[in-house]
Amino acid sequence: MIPIDVSSLKKYYGEIKAVDGISFTVDKGEIFSLLGPNGAGKTTCIEIMEGLRKKDGGDVKVLGLDPWKDGYELHKKIGVIPQEFTFFEKTSPREAITYYADLFGIKANPDEILKEVLLEDSAKVTFDNLSGGQKQKTGLALALVNLPELLFLDEPTTGLDPNARRAIWEVIRGLKAKGKTIILTTHYLDEAQQLSDRVAIMNQGRIVAMGTADEIIAQHGSGERLEIHGSKELANYIAANTELKVGYRKGMISIPLKQKIDALAALAAAEQSKLNWGEIHTRRDSLDDVFIKLVSGVVDEHGEIIVESKGSNSSN
Amino acid sequence: MVSAKRIASDFRVFSRGYLRNKFGLFFGLIFPVILILIFGAIFSGNSSGTITVYTQNQDTGPFPSSQMDIAAQFVQALNGTMPDGTRVSDTWPIQVELVSPSENFTKYLADHSSSDGIIIPADFSAKYLAGQRVDVTVYGNPTSSTSGLVSGTVSGVANMFNLQRFNGSTVISISSTTVNTEQTQYVDFLIPGLIGFSILVSPMFSLVNISSEYKKTKLFKQLSLTPLTKMEWLASKVLWYIVLTVLSFLLMVTVGVVLFGAHVTLTVWLIPFLVLGPTLFASLGMLVGTVTKNPETAGVIGNIVTFPMMFLAGTFFPISIMPQYLQSIAHILPLYYIVEGLNNVMVYANYTGAVIDLAVVAVITVVIFAAAVKLFKWRED
Repeated sequence: MIPIDVSSLKKYYGEIKAVDGISFTVDKGEIFSLLGPNGAGKTTCIEIMEGLRKKDGGDVKVLGLDPWKDGYELHKKIGVIPQEFTFFEKTSPREAITYYADLFGIKANPDEILKEVLLEDSAKVTFDNLSGGQKQKTGLALALVNLPELLFLDEPTTGLDPNARRAIWEVIRGLKAKGKTIILTTHYLDEAQQLSDRVAIMNQGRIVAMGTADEIIAQHGSGERLEIHGSKELANYIAANTELKVGYRKGMISIPLKQKIDALAALAAAEQSKLNWGEIHTRRDSLDDVFIKLVSGVVDEHGEIIVESKGSNSSN
Repeated sequence: MVSAKRIASDFRVFSRGYLRNKFGLFFGLIFPVILILIFGAIFSGNSSGTITVYTQNQDTGPFPSSQMDIAAQFVQALNGTMPDGTRVSDTWPIQVELVSPSENFTKYLADHSSSDGIIIPADFSAKYLAGQRVDVTVYGNPTSSTSGLVSGTVSGVANMFNLQRFNGSTVISISSTTVNTEQTQYVDFLIPGLIGFSILVSPMFSLVNISSEYKKTKLFKQLSLTPLTKMEWLASKVLWYIVLTVLSFLLMVTVGVVLFGAHVTLTVWLIPFLVLGPTLFASLGMLVGTVTKNPETAGVIGNIVTFPMMFLAGTFFPISIMPQYLQSIAHILPLYYIVEGLNNVMVYANYTGAVIDLAVVAVITVVIFAAAVKLFKWRED
């Protein structure tokens, strides 16, 4: 049985199409990331899979169940960290684990779970005194209490400092090593790249690309291109004297190469122009480049994607 | 399926969290006691020993001359002023409050929760002047401390009248009637009132706050991912506030009795009020938190619902001292029936009244609880 099978899923909030007909499957033992800017529809999508929201159209099967109708059954089998996880202020992680174990009616070993999420040191600190990273780890610990095979992590590292993020990544990798299937949403490119087997890039309620990072780059990347540091005049000169397509942006001339020999023609034209030019190199699109192209956004210095506000809708 | 085990584990976590939060504990337990101390201190200073005695003077004449109105002179004397106008003493123990002859006197006493009363019969003056024996009836509760003082004062005045005209032979005699209503002091009202206050305030504010906050921070969503049901969740909150109410009740009664000598009757009749009250207001708080969009609105609506009840339902003052229109408002407030019920049980031993109050409270509680469970959603569409 495929853990997750989603086809043509739709969710509308009035005029806004939060999720607009997306389809994907997730295999057992896989880490699958929904990557996209804020408002892309990731959370709506993951909450429908968790049975926390009702879909408006399409078909969703999680562990063979309808998440909305069979939610009560499903919740016994899955683990979830909701976005911006919070818990009772005056309850410690250890108490929280015992509480969840009682609710699920199972015997849990709090120490083992705390160790698994690297939280042994703060077992007895009340939730309001935990750091952001420790709070997320508490969320992870609670998601593990009922020994689920399938985990949903909705933006598990948003708002955390780099060290805390790496610690969470370590925990997630440990969970994968144990064979758990994990669905992750994130708006951090590096997180998706570091953790996931496959990525679905979401924008405005649709999946605009899906596959492994290499597959996505191969499908949507421009291929190899030649970049020359030079002036606008030089760019115009090369364009006029070759058959090549020439792009220019902020002192950087960019020429897509259909074949390697194109580079020679471009450089010959540059030499001929008698204009000054600097460093040259060839490069391929990275996942960042593809991503920016697909969602027409930019990546800020933390690796977070920021989209120009037009057309962004809220998923919360 | 409702699981007692899940309710118990949720109860454990919630109560532990509550006890770790000093603020909640203060408002739940300490604050009502402080109120008793404050109000008790303010009003106990007032009872400088003068006892109000309701007196019905049925002797309305006609009198040939005002000298012949012996009944009026008798009333004056009961207030400590001799027929010749001299004051007997500065610390005269009783103060007569005249009651219209048309009133049903027994009922009047009960309505004013007083056990001390005097009836002067219709032919009092005529019989006295004729030297015929006439009976003044003194109402009193033998168990009350004021009762002896009142009957002693009345017989003293009667003796004086007997001496004055008949050389001490008994013309005016005293007969006594036992009244069951105990003489109530302000603090006797204050305790049921403030118990009502704490039944209202703690569960109500707390649930308004919790339910709107949990909705905002998505803690309800989080809990919906566990086998805990919303019914179980609410049940555990209700249970905790029942426990808190009982603790607060014991604390307040102890303080009231020990420090202010309050008279309260403790019977099993109190139990249904101490159980239904917190259930009612925890559910009402839940309902307010559920139907409002965010914690800010919830807080405002919560206050709008809570504050009129806090002051008008007979918590700090008996509602009989309020003007009629405010009394009418009080009758639509759920807390009124709880406070009245507690008064009926603890102060008046009026169980017929208490049963009616209890029935009203039970119906409101069932309706509000059902509405809260129905409207409250773990997850959204």
